Amino acid sequence: MKSHVLTGEHFINGDEACAEGAIAAGCKFFGGYPITPATEVAEQISIRLPQVGGTFIQMEDEIAAMTSILGAAWTGVKSMTATSGPGFSLMMETVGLAVVTETPCVVVNVQRAGPSTGLPTQGAQADMMQARWGSHGDYEIIALAPSSPQEMFDLTITAFNLSETYRTPVFIMSDEIVGHMSEKVIIPEARKIKTVSRPRPTGRKDRFLPYKPGPNGVAPMPAIGDGYNVHVTGLTHDEKGYPVMSVETQKEMMARLLGKIRNNLDDIILTEEHRLEDADIVVVSYGVSARTAYTAVEEARQMGIKMGLLRLITVWPFPEEKIRSLAKRVKGFITVEINMGQICREVQRFAGLTPTYLAGHPGGAIIPPEDVLKIAKEALA
Amino acid sequence: MKNSSTTATPHPLEDLVRMDRIPHIWCSGCGTGSVFTSCLTAIKQSGIPYNQFAMVSGIGCSGRGAGYINIDSFHTTHGRAIPFATGIKMARPDLKVIVFSGDGDLCAIGGNHLIHAARRNMDIIVICVNNLTYGMTGGQVAATTPFKAKSSTTTLGNPDTPFNLPLLAYAAGATYVARWTMLHARDLTDAVQTAIARKGFSFIEVLSPCPVNFGRRNREKSLDTLRKYHENTIVKNGAHPSELDVDFNKGVILGTFVNVDRPTCDEVYRKMYWPAEEPKEQRKTG
Repeated sequence: MKSHVLTGEHFINGDEACAEGAIAAGCKFFGGYPITPATEVAEQISIRLPQVGGTFIQMEDEIAAMTSILGAAWTGVKSMTATSGPGFSLMMETVGLAVVTETPCVVVNVQRAGPSTGLPTQGAQADMMQARWGSHGDYEIIALAPSSPQEMFDLTITAFNLSETYRTPVFIMSDEIVGHMSEKVIIPEARKIKTVSRPRPTGRKDRFLPYKPGPNGVAPMPAIGDGYNVHVTGLTHDEKGYPVMSVETQKEMMARLLGKIRNNLDDIILTEEHRLEDADIVVVSYGVSARTAYTAVEEARQMGIKMGLLRLITVWPFPEEKIRSLAKRVKGFITVEINMGQICREVQRFAGLTPTYLAGHPGGAIIPPEDVLKIAKEALA
Repeated sequence: MKNSSTTATPHPLEDLVRMDRIPHIWCSGCGTGSVFTSCLTAIKQSGIPYNQFAMVSGIGCSGRGAGYINIDSFHTTHGRAIPFATGIKMARPDLKVIVFSGDGDLCAIGGNHLIHAARRNMDIIVICVNNLTYGMTGGQVAATTPFKAKSSTTTLGNPDTPFNLPLLAYAAGATYVARWTMLHARDLTDAVQTAIARKGFSFIEVLSPCPVNFGRRNREKSLDTLRKYHENTIVKNGAHPSELDVDFNKGVILGTFVNVDRPTCDEVYRKMYWPAEEPKEQRKTG
């Protein structure tokens, strides 16, 4: 069978690479709504999905876009949407529905500066806490932060694989800069791309419990029409999926929802380390800002400052153990992020008495490496 | 001791009901159960295998419908049943997708989705149980509450004009539009059956009493409401949707108002965007 993966070297932007990653991951449904700077994801995948037997539909708003991908997911297909801050805000209630109904899906947020309409054409990384806590109630979420068009491709596949493995929405927290930046993107042969699909149930249909977790804490997921007659609800539900308005059921459901993420951190958390071995000061960064951080590390080393980089590829769940262990031997942390201190707070939570500094930015531009160096010099003075 | 229910003749719709979830939450005098019965009867009489159906509800009293039907069923967020159904339909066009929800859910918070699904002629069936109020939250004013009617948030009477829902659906492009009351159980069942058998966006409004939260505030007992459904309604198939304001003093018009053919959203996609060699139905198995 002819492969639909565009194997080869391409010069494309991050948004387009994201769409190609989705195709390579086996995505078959995209519910979209235009928004700068994420529109190119929808444009590219609207051309590509029909070529692979998939469906692109432009919905009437982001609420509908997000909801449509959940409906599609329950027919057994991989589905996604892409948006930016204002649309991300509108999707939040439905993100909660995806979490509680354990519906796999991928949501791309190509971040722009806010609040509100903000700077639609200029980048930021200020939706990181919204990604973590934007929907009401307690939950765990998975969020990945690509630093390049290549990673927009690679991590979109990872996002689908994690979402199918853990039956949970996965966010790709990109930004306008990575989304609109064109670089070389290498797309491997289809057979070399690892893709994961949710396990489907087998066995007696009348006794099937759609929310009874398997060994990794996740239940197999039937599709509509498989004959399991599932009931799926946003209400607190038991393992059969039936609403039960009791504290006990709430406790059990929450343990299941949180546990499947918290008990699989080693599989979910991806980080990259650069010159950390002997570092006195650790720069913690993600997305486009990790590129700033990388340059800062190289320049600092030339100046004799022992700086290293911890790049968060997975931002949520947060690699708290990593920070805890680094905090025991380093003199300080600097987070580099285009916001006024979001992941900085998270680092502070686990850094203990080790000081944490912010090289932040209110949004609209990349942080220059000099800002990081200045803070490092002051910290070590 | 033997439970008497085990020896009784099973209810004809028992195979379509999640019996382990009965009793339901609907109040005595509520009409939602009757509408639900008509809907289930139509599904059964269609002869289509149950696994070819999916039901989607939003939030509210009638939004609990999806929780009682024994097929793949989805109880979603407030107002979003239609886009959820759209996702199902466009990923698996062979399925019959029924949206069972209330007036507040479908026409106020979900109003945008209603008009756009109608515009696209999305091949789904929308059964809108209209009780003229927000029943589950205790009887607040709705987009369907009659002018001057009392509610817990309009204690001096509703100052706003309500929607004429069939007109709204018609204007947005629905290809089948009907209105019945829950008292007109056979007409309603026939309407749902017609909608199941046809292709296109079908909108069926069903007037249904909420004695606890609407009737109580408006001096209307359950039987008074049913009497109005019986005596103050006029069956007029083909009536123009602009004549369909809900005014029991004038007489409320019931019937089938629109039943036209227009290519459905999935049919158009099939022609323009879906290559013939890869029908969506193949996805059933994986």
